[in-house]
This record gives sequence, C-alpha cells and structure tokens, in this order.
Amino acid sequence: MVPVLAAGALTSLGKPTVASVGFFFAIVALTLVITYFAARKTRTSSEYYAAGRSVSAGQNGLALAGDYMSAASFLGIAGMVALQGYDGMIYAAGWLAGWPALMFLVAEPLRNLGKFTFADVVAFRLRQTPVRIAAAVGGIATVLFYTIAQMVGSGSLVHLMFGIPYKYAELIVGVVMLAYVLFGGMLATTWVQIIKAVLLLIGVTILTLLVLFRFGFDATNLYAAVSQRYGQAMLQPGGLVSSPVEAISLGLALMFGLLGLPHILMRFYTVPDAKAARKSVLYATGLIGYFYLIIPIVGFGAAALVGKDVITGVDRSGNMAAPLVAELLAGPAFLGFIAAVAFATILAVVAGLTLAGASAYSHDIYVSVLRGGRATEEEQVRAARAATVVFGIAAVLLGIAFEGQNVAFMVGLAFSIAASANFPALLLSVVWRRFTTLGAVWSIVTGAVLSVVMIFLSPTVWGEVLGHLDAAGKPHGIIPLKNPAIVSMTAAFAVGILVSLLTDEPKAQEAFEEEKLRTYLGVGAE
Amino acid sequence: MESVQAPSDRPAAGKHAHEIVESPAFRTLVRKRWSVSVLMLALLFLSYYGFILLIAADRELVSRKVGAVTTLAIPLGIAAILAAWILTGVYVWWANRKYDPEVERLKGLLRK
Repeated sequence: MVPVLAAGALTSLGKPTVASVGFFFAIVALTLVITYFAARKTRTSSEYYAAGRSVSAGQNGLALAGDYMSAASFLGIAGMVALQGYDGMIYAAGWLAGWPALMFLVAEPLRNLGKFTFADVVAFRLRQTPVRIAAAVGGIATVLFYTIAQMVGSGSLVHLMFGIPYKYAELIVGVVMLAYVLFGGMLATTWVQIIKAVLLLIGVTILTLLVLFRFGFDATNLYAAVSQRYGQAMLQPGGLVSSPVEAISLGLALMFGLLGLPHILMRFYTVPDAKAARKSVLYATGLIGYFYLIIPIVGFGAAALVGKDVITGVDRSGNMAAPLVAELLAGPAFLGFIAAVAFATILAVVAGLTLAGASAYSHDIYVSVLRGGRATEEEQVRAARAATVVFGIAAVLLGIAFEGQNVAFMVGLAFSIAASANFPALLLSVVWRRFTTLGAVWSIVTGAVLSVVMIFLSPTVWGEVLGHLDAAGKPHGIIPLKNPAIVSMTAAFAVGILVSLLTDEPKAQEAFEEEKLRTYLGVGAE
Repeated sequence: MESVQAPSDRPAAGKHAHEIVESPAFRTLVRKRWSVSVLMLALLFLSYYGFILLIAADRELVSRKVGAVTTLAIPLGIAAILAAWILTGVYVWWANRKYDPEVERLKGLLRK
C-alpha cells in the first residue's frame, strides 16, 4: 500500500519554514544582484524595452517559456489532473497549440517590422495616431486583465504556501517585481525569467522522477494506481469537451490569444534578428511542450499518493496538489524549494506583464502620439520608468481590491481580447496590402468590445459571478458560449476587411511594397 | 539609438529596392514562405482540432483501453503535444535550409 498524508497533520504547507523562506530569499537575492548589473547596462530606450537586442535565441527561448509558464499553469494543471484526471491533459495540450502558430504567422515579420511593441507593426504604414491609440488600448486591456488574474491568484497561493497574509503577499510581489523592472528594464526581466524557467523545469522534473520512481519508472503502473483508487473514469475524457463549438472556441482563444499577448510579442525585440526570433520559438515550444507533458504525471501522482480528499482539504481548487506530493515524496525541504520556485514564477510573470503594460503607454501613447515621435532618449526612458511605477502600483491596488473575488474568467478575457483585438489587426497589417487605418481601428474596437460584452453575458460571468441561475440551478448566460473567440475573432477579421475595402489609402498601399523588403529580408530592421 | 522614426525616414534603399521587390525571385520567396506557413498551420489545425473534435465526437472510442488501464486518449494527448513541437521543428528546418540562403542572396544583390 502507498503511504498517505493525513490531512493537516504531516504537512508544513501554510507555514513559513526555514527551507521555503531560505530558498525564497536565495532566489530574490540572486535576481536582485542580476538586476544591479543589468541596471548599469540600461540607459537608452532600446536597452530599457528590448535589452539592447542582445539576448541570444537560447536565452530568449527560456525567457519566453518563463513568461508563459505561470504559477497558475504549474499548480493549476497539476491540480486539475489530480482532481479531474484526463481533462487536465486536454487543457494542457491547448496551452501549447499556439506556439507553432506564433512561429508560422507572426514571429519573423514582427521582429523585422517592429521596434518595441506590436503596435509598431500595426502602425507601420498606417496613420500613426488612431492606430497607435487603438492598438495600445487593446494591448493595455489584455495585460491589465491578465495581471489582475495573476495578482489575485498569487496573493492566495503565497498565503496558502507561506501563510503570509494576502495583502502583504501582494505588496511583496509588487515591490520586488518593481525593483527588477524599474532599475533593470528588459535585461533584468529577461534574466529573472530565465532563472525562474530553469528552476521551474528542474523542480518539476525532479518531482516527476520522484513520482515515477515510486511506480518503477513505468507510467502504466501510475495509471493503474489512479484507476484502482478513483476508477477508470480518471483516465477518460470527462466534461471539458462536451460541446464541440465551445471546445473550438476555447481552442481558438488559447491558440490565437498567444499571438496577441503583448508581453510575449515584446520578447521578439530582444533578439538580434528574425533568425534568432525563429530559433527562440523552437526552444520555447520544446521547453513548454516538455513542461505540459510531465505536469500530468505530477497530477496523477498526487491523486494516487496524496489522495483527492487531502488535496481538496488544503485547497478546494486543487492548486496544492503538486506541493503536497512534493512534500510526501521528498520532505519539507523539497516542499520549500517548490514553494519558493512558485513564488519566483509569480514575480517573473508579473514583471514581464508590467514591462509590457508600461511600454504600451509610454512608447505607443506618450512618445508616438502625445510627442509625435519626437522625444529624446532621456525623455523616453523617463516616461517608461514613470509608466512602470504607475502600472506596478495599479497591479498591487487591483490585486488587493479583487481579494477573494472569482477572477478566473479574466484570464479567458485577456486571451479573448488578445485573439480578437490584437491578433487580427497584426496579421492583416503584415499580409494584406489593402489594409487601411480605419480597417485596423474598427477591427480592434470590434474584437475588444465583443470580447468584453460577450464574456460579461456568458455563463461564467453573468451566471457564476453575478449569480444568475437557470431553472435547474446551473449558471445561466444570456449568451450560451463561455469563450467568445469563435464569434469575436471572426467578427474582427470581417470588420477589418470590410472597412478596409470601403476606405482607400493609396499611401499605405505604396508603403506596403517598400515594407516587404523589411518584412521578408530584414533590410532596415532595428 | 535615435528617437522614434516616422515611416518616412526609413532607410532609403534606392532603385534597387524596387527592383528586388518586383523581381520574380523575391515574389517566389514570399509566396513559398506563406505556402509553407499555411501548410504547417493546416497540419497544426488537423492535429489539435482533430484531437479535440475526436474526443467530442466519439468518447467511446477514445476511452477504449490500449493497455491494462491506459486509454487511447492518453497517447493521443501526448501525440497532440509532440505534433506541435515537430511542426515547429520542420518549419525551422525549412527556413534555415531554404529561406535564409535565398534571403542572403537577395540581400547581396541589393548592396551592389
């Protein structure tokens, strides 16, 4: 028989232990030392936003993986597999599917055409002011909703793992993250991501090996133990993909949302050229794919060894499945390491989001629109730092304001806006000669407004959050879809194309020919 | 680093730029790039949405055991993840071997 943790009795989870606090301070100390050195190399706007384009393909691959592998995906998917079984694997596969699409459609043209933000590409040959404002609003909305979800999630995770009160957890995340971004800019943020990605991959790999070791390094023994304890249903698809339309819509949001996430797109400007951008996507896809392949083993291991009742006894959502199985298999010291890595993961992801949010305001709105593109280096960096502070403080305040609220839908909202407002305009501006300023603006507005309105009226917000139930007591939405992408993204493309065909912009069409040399050959790329 | 550029002061490439953009070699390069991209994207859709729709359409089939307890759905899920990575690898392999040398050749013509 396998040993089972007694609920609450054996776990040191929720108390700050010497190991967890020690590992946490070691990681923060290391990243702050790196920030100190990065700060000395961060003077110009190109250094602040894009690490002076000095990041190698391998480093950027790790940093991209770091930006994408959030604490929510590490703890959340392990927990989902532990409690619901196979459905967690379907979900994990969806999170990877966007990466190849990012490569095929966006990565190289984005690197060649842009400077600091994805709005650079959309506005490249169109009228600067309207396009910049629309793209920046789409970008900031995406980053803001994603940040709120991350901050609220991180406050409760840190509370669960370290026992620190929620508000202090928010403050610690805010202060440390601001130190990275404010002083060290993109270079420090990149290195924080790299360190976090390496630690996370090492931690999850050790955890996977420990689980497999218990089952004679044969995953089928693990499945057998899960099946014996909780039934064969754990290894079969459950309710996640009950409606094909819903499944496709979720798939579209996850896949094309990635292609509109400002903090991911921004990373492509940190590498020297399109070739390095391309390679970095391959590395990132490999690392993230590996991560999602092994996470289910951790989740199944937690179900078989720790047990669902103990996992839900600590946290109903199952988020503590991975930390609990870590402690069971390797003791409180390893739990401390995993908890510290999860904390570092939160810091790194919020840092990346803050830099992206700040750049959308300072580069796209302040420098390009308010100053008409005429700002000195010094003014640009000062504006970037000011926007960083404002965004960081807003993140902490919003995190505190939404304490205890159900904000899981905000991740879906961020991905939906990214897929519907940011991605169609970005793609059309690269591939379509006839795309016009008004086409771009209306496409972005359509995608963003439809995403917000449809999610507000969905079963998730209208039903669960606002408490409208149908006759059977289930959450009810005015619009039956949980994920609007299938409608909102299609509408954004349709509106973008239609409005462009109704308007004429000869200058933009002329510039398209000129732009091609830069898009495909990288001639004149920054 | 200079300040933000307006589109008008992009590096002027002169007549040769137009000649390159209008040349059959450049047009072929662009067409090939998107053909490969669209083909890869189609394969990605086939593998990922095929996986999702198969689960939605035939739960009996994917719940069938392929080992003592292992269901067909498990290797399918692993295959969906591996397919994403392999497709990315194939694209990079193509771009390194075919796309980049042609880009270098065309850029060489430009400098003349």
